[in-house]
Amino acid sequence: MVVTLPRSSADRRQTKYPIIDGDIHPTLKSPRALDKYFLTDEWRQYHQSIGGRGFTGTSVPRTYPNAARVDAYPPNGGPAGSDLDFMRLQLLDAWDMEYGILQPLMGAASVRNLEYGAALSSAINEWQIAEWLIPEPRLRSGLVVPYEDGPMSVAEIERRGSYPGFVQLMMAMRTSEPLGRPKYWPIYEAAEARGLPLGIHVGGGGGVPTSGAGWPSYYIEDHTGQSTAFHTQVSSFIFEGIFERFPKLKVVLIEGGFAWVPSLAWRMDAAWSKLRGEVPKLQRKPSEYFAEHFWLTTQPMEEPPVPHQFVQLLEQAPWLQDKLMFATDYPHWDFDAPDACLPDVELPDGFEEKLMVGNARKLYRLPARIERTHA
Amino acid sequence: MTVQPVTPPVARGHNFGQPVIDTDIHCTVPSAQALFPYLSAHWREYISTSAFKGPVDTPYPSGAPTSALDGTRPADGGPPGSSLQLIREQVLDAWSVEIGILNCSYSVDGIAAPDTAAAMASAVNDWLIAEWLDKEPRLRATMLVPTRVPEMAAKEIERVGGHPGIVQVMLPVVAQALYGQRRWWPLFEAIERHNLVASFQFGGASGFPMTSSGWPSHYVEEYVDMAQVFQSQLLSIVSEGLLDKFPTLRLAMIESGWSWLPGFFWRFDKVWKGLRRETPWVKMLPSEYVKERMRFSLQPLDLPRDPVIVQQIFEQLDSDTLLMFSTDYPHWHFDTPEEALPVGLTEAQRARILYDNAASFYGFS
Repeated sequence: MVVTLPRSSADRRQTKYPIIDGDIHPTLKSPRALDKYFLTDEWRQYHQSIGGRGFTGTSVPRTYPNAARVDAYPPNGGPAGSDLDFMRLQLLDAWDMEYGILQPLMGAASVRNLEYGAALSSAINEWQIAEWLIPEPRLRSGLVVPYEDGPMSVAEIERRGSYPGFVQLMMAMRTSEPLGRPKYWPIYEAAEARGLPLGIHVGGGGGVPTSGAGWPSYYIEDHTGQSTAFHTQVSSFIFEGIFERFPKLKVVLIEGGFAWVPSLAWRMDAAWSKLRGEVPKLQRKPSEYFAEHFWLTTQPMEEPPVPHQFVQLLEQAPWLQDKLMFATDYPHWDFDAPDACLPDVELPDGFEEKLMVGNARKLYRLPARIERTHA
Repeated sequence: MTVQPVTPPVARGHNFGQPVIDTDIHCTVPSAQALFPYLSAHWREYISTSAFKGPVDTPYPSGAPTSALDGTRPADGGPPGSSLQLIREQVLDAWSVEIGILNCSYSVDGIAAPDTAAAMASAVNDWLIAEWLDKEPRLRATMLVPTRVPEMAAKEIERVGGHPGIVQVMLPVVAQALYGQRRWWPLFEAIERHNLVASFQFGGASGFPMTSSGWPSHYVEEYVDMAQVFQSQLLSIVSEGLLDKFPTLRLAMIESGWSWLPGFFWRFDKVWKGLRRETPWVKMLPSEYVKERMRFSLQPLDLPRDPVIVQQIFEQLDSDTLLMFSTDYPHWHFDTPEEALPVGLTEAQRARILYDNAASFYGFS
């Protein structure tokens, strides 16, 4: 459903439950706005001169600049998502949000110079603290780590992982190797020890084509195909035995939708029933690890043409009711509005409240806010 | 910890009380020498004296439990799928198959040298015709092409695509480029002109990683992740306008799984509504292109034996024409022959899957 965002503070939207938004994208006010947050002059100069070099020849231009909604540009002229006051007006206040979880998309681990990626991660984290988490107590975020290198990621977790505003690690989904592979294990050990879930957001880029048959030509392929890249990561985490090695590790899959969950679970179980001799570390069916260790944010919520098929999805993987977390993806073009995202159909008892607020409170250990600004 | 050995069951058939069309029977080239009658003196000499003994890649490792049912190895010691006599007994007779389509996963797409790949593809096609199609009227075959060079692939279709037993062209889904892209159009032009089906199949040896995050460690991951490569191909085929460019082209997805289709439709259709100005030649919902022009082989089922869920999936697919029966012989997908079909089908669904859908899609009368 198409929803227009508020342009004035008088425009308040009614919601049945408090909302925790699991996916909000803050952006820099200007390209140079990050410079002052670099921890050393050496890396600041590198950032100003060379900066991020990624993987050339792989770009599919987005259909909307910065993926932003046209009504999300702040009146002061900055990019969408760059003005905290306007974000409050359009999102946090308008829907009386209890909390919002930030996902800064700056590709810190998609650069080839990983030491620069580590310096960039630190700068992004300092920027998040100074410009978002301190000024706005409703915001939380993910600690950005240069996840393509285990030890550098662990160093950043040790440096800033205890800051209370960081409720998870922030990683991206397209990596240079499947995420169950041993090079990533030091990150999981540190995350598990601190009780920080891994927040894995769509996007990223590890220098390999985004499909099993090379690079696509169009943004619609890249964008729609994002959710399929999560399938690789889920099967890698599970078949590599990550949850036997790190039994308390939690993984949040952000912005990949969830209608694919039942069929992936069935496919993994069917394959494992015959091929389990290859992965003896697994003590349980793949679907059981999936149900226990993974959370998913909803946006972009799949919209079955017949509303009750949405309920069928919840019947096919009942555990989703305790693992789905609402997200808007503000200020991006495919924003899901809290009051217009669910199908017009009777949902299981208690599900909507868990989806909107309960599951995220529990996972991120966020206390319920007593006072609501409007009800 | 001890791991219970997992061993495949014995190959058995089933009488459904009606003839069936089996859209996925794997036949196997036993060795490069078996192709010598179909290779020129140059290639016979080259194979005899060089390190090249045919393609080395396979989507089905010979020791994996999924690769072969018990009892499918011929008495002469050749690999499962290499004996016409066994395929007659264990598939055609055992399942009352009226028409069976042979898929030969000889990985010519993994051969980097284009002339070698073309020679081997031609040899396999002539071998299929002489040693299978000419000897057994119930069989049809998928022809191989040297996919890395689409113009050479088109030339091979000109050479043998008119044979009445050749019904489709093998396109392994893991390829060097997505099949919707324009570089492939000469190949699809030849497929459409010969009224053949473009058959996308499990596997492929492109030299590039088969996931968007590189190479997975285990075969079980490769097996699971293959479904997403099919999904990438569907995204490409629809978004590039391949089906608009070739308005009578038909595509078969073989061994892709299909229980992922409803969620894929919902997502692709939703995104298309938001992004369609990027690909203005796409005129219908993506799911409508798939339902109109593509069909899927039944195995692997990838869904529980729960009649409620099975009917939910059929309702979500909103089509009873998409699925075509397959045994996927000699691969192991089901433990008892009754499990070859989803549980709880209606009589009409059963008949369509066993026979009608494939008959009308391939034009068998």
